[in-house]
Amino acid sequence: MVARTLYDKLWDSHLVNENDDGSSLLYIDRHVLHEVTSPQAFEGLRIAGRAPWRLDTNIATPDHNISTERSERVAGVAGIPDEISRIQVQTLDDNCDHFGIKEFKMNEMGQGIVHVMGPELGATMPGMTVVCGDSHTATHGALACLAHGIGTSEVEHVLATQCLVSTKMKNMRVNVEGTVGLGVTPKDVVLAIIGKIGTAGGSGHAIEFSGSVFRDMSIEGRMTVCNMAIEAGARVGMVAVDEKTISYCKGREFIPKGDLWLQAVSYWQTLVSDDDAFFDIEVELHADDIIPQVTWGTSPEMVAPVTALVPRPEDQVNKELRKGVERALDYMGLEGGTPIASISVDRVFIGSCTNSRIEDMREAAHVAKGRQVAGSIKQVLIVPGSQMVKAQAEAEGLDKIFIAAGMEWREPGCSMCLAMNADKLGDGEHCASTSNRNFEGRQGKGGRTHLMSPAMAAAAAVAGHIVDVRLFLSESSSTGVEL
Amino acid sequence: MKAFTQHRGLVGPMDRANIDTDMIIPKQFLKSIKRSGFGPNLFDELRYLDHGEPGQDCTDRPLNPDFTLNEPRYRGASILLAQKNFGCGSSREHAPWALEDYGFNVVIAPSYADIFYNNCFKNGVLPVILSEAEVDILFLELEGAEGYELDVNLVNQTVTSDSGEVFSFALDQFRKQCLLQGLDEIGLTLIQAEKIRQYEVEREKAHPWVYGAIK
Repeated sequence: MVARTLYDKLWDSHLVNENDDGSSLLYIDRHVLHEVTSPQAFEGLRIAGRAPWRLDTNIATPDHNISTERSERVAGVAGIPDEISRIQVQTLDDNCDHFGIKEFKMNEMGQGIVHVMGPELGATMPGMTVVCGDSHTATHGALACLAHGIGTSEVEHVLATQCLVSTKMKNMRVNVEGTVGLGVTPKDVVLAIIGKIGTAGGSGHAIEFSGSVFRDMSIEGRMTVCNMAIEAGARVGMVAVDEKTISYCKGREFIPKGDLWLQAVSYWQTLVSDDDAFFDIEVELHADDIIPQVTWGTSPEMVAPVTALVPRPEDQVNKELRKGVERALDYMGLEGGTPIASISVDRVFIGSCTNSRIEDMREAAHVAKGRQVAGSIKQVLIVPGSQMVKAQAEAEGLDKIFIAAGMEWREPGCSMCLAMNADKLGDGEHCASTSNRNFEGRQGKGGRTHLMSPAMAAAAAVAGHIVDVRLFLSESSSTGVEL
Repeated sequence: MKAFTQHRGLVGPMDRANIDTDMIIPKQFLKSIKRSGFGPNLFDELRYLDHGEPGQDCTDRPLNPDFTLNEPRYRGASILLAQKNFGCGSSREHAPWALEDYGFNVVIAPSYADIFYNNCFKNGVLPVILSEAEVDILFLELEGAEGYELDVNLVNQTVTSDSGEVFSFALDQFRKQCLLQGLDEIGLTLIQAEKIRQYEVEREKAHPWVYGAIK
């Protein structure tokens, strides 16, 4: 039998039909819905008089457009002050009620950012195809799923048919060997990968992350990595099943139990690439070369080690790159040659589907503990990714650490990652952010985003400027806590 | 879905790479539960000098004079010419909705982000891929010729300039046929409903844990 990659296996096992025109009909096991990209799809179903193909494959929650202020959340949907936002959240509730789709409503336990919620509830299981009208759906690939974002027309298509018309992608493997040093997190690993292959480096490919760095990484860390596959142009990012995958899944709400669990586990263990499987592109990095990373520009590929200088346009190898760097520096208000670790920060955002899980909260709290936010900082938002993360963090007293340091502890949602709600940057403000996109205007018109890890963002909050978190960790290394 | 066979129109340039979907339609406009009306807010942050909000009348907002598409010579452009990795970032289908609502029927670029590319076909917008060198030729020609128009033919898969140059482009046949005929893709898939049901029966036997947990 021909050796297959993990992606090949997932593709093959979901193939309903190969059409004559070269496209394929791919079966979708899990469809995750949220308020922003679903209303037009439900409307389409209604207009065509169609019903969802089946209900037990769908799960919904509001996340993108909801307030993270407790005072606004307690009043429920009716209390959302912005009318257009209120209608959108209400529309998700109404559509889910009308069609019978399982929804975790705004203040219910279980609610959270779609890509935090799915895995933590066990709604995402290894070997599944998972889609959502959100480009960060690749996150679920950390559990060896074929998971990717789709547009609203495809949301409607999946609701109506449980299938997608797809064309097979190519295979790409990113292998990172070695052991990362103290203060180097999964976020740094994925930013370094994007820096190497570029923002379109994975276009048309499904990326499998392999090597000792990912084997040693927790499942939540793997989610951070897979989450940003799209920032390297790949719709799909994946890590093969291992013992960590199995133990992560065990006991979660929607995960099978008893005999069914045993059956599932024995299948899940086959979800690895065969030894001699073919990859169209192979990329190698070494852990020793990766130190904490920070973006200095307006694309995730504009990233550098925290110890580096902001690039100079005149040092670029061609005109196109020079123009790109010039434009980015102009937008960011930075001079080429400035040390990255001296850039002042106005606000700090720790959250998003990239970095809002309990391990991220612990990582940030470890740095914040016993320290104070610098006086020059206007705001530090800590936004847990879900109600469950929030409850767990509070049980561990992390909220108290953040509040004591002068940070704000918020309610779960997407928040300042895309700034659809009131959490946003002002014109010209620099933000140390654990989110995934540093595009112009992403976090607010004129806002200047620097992507980094939760530990680095917490350190920037304390220092008032971008700083190498490893300086903080060696100070407190006597506590014996490692990131 | 709207059909597309051929289109002749004025070309509007945006000479930059990595134009992301946040740029194409900023997030505040994603609060809408409709599919239409996004045109006035296409490229909102680049196009206007003030901050835009949904529901606002855009006719009297201050235009950014440095934004190329605001130049009088590009008013009414229906073919957008851009650089590589167009449409990267968020999966929001609001991006092609906004392009279409503004009046763009065609985008020409050396490459596109996968999700955006796919979304265009669902909305009667044709994303044409030409080589970087060919796109550079078009930028150059357009620079020197006011009222620069192109003919885009989906049947023949060609872009033709008035000087008679013909550039061919590739695309897959399924997407081509759907766009040519304006087919309802859901209707097409439902023709295979029996196959989907068969798949489900077999899958339920092999992987029973996939179903039924969410009620």
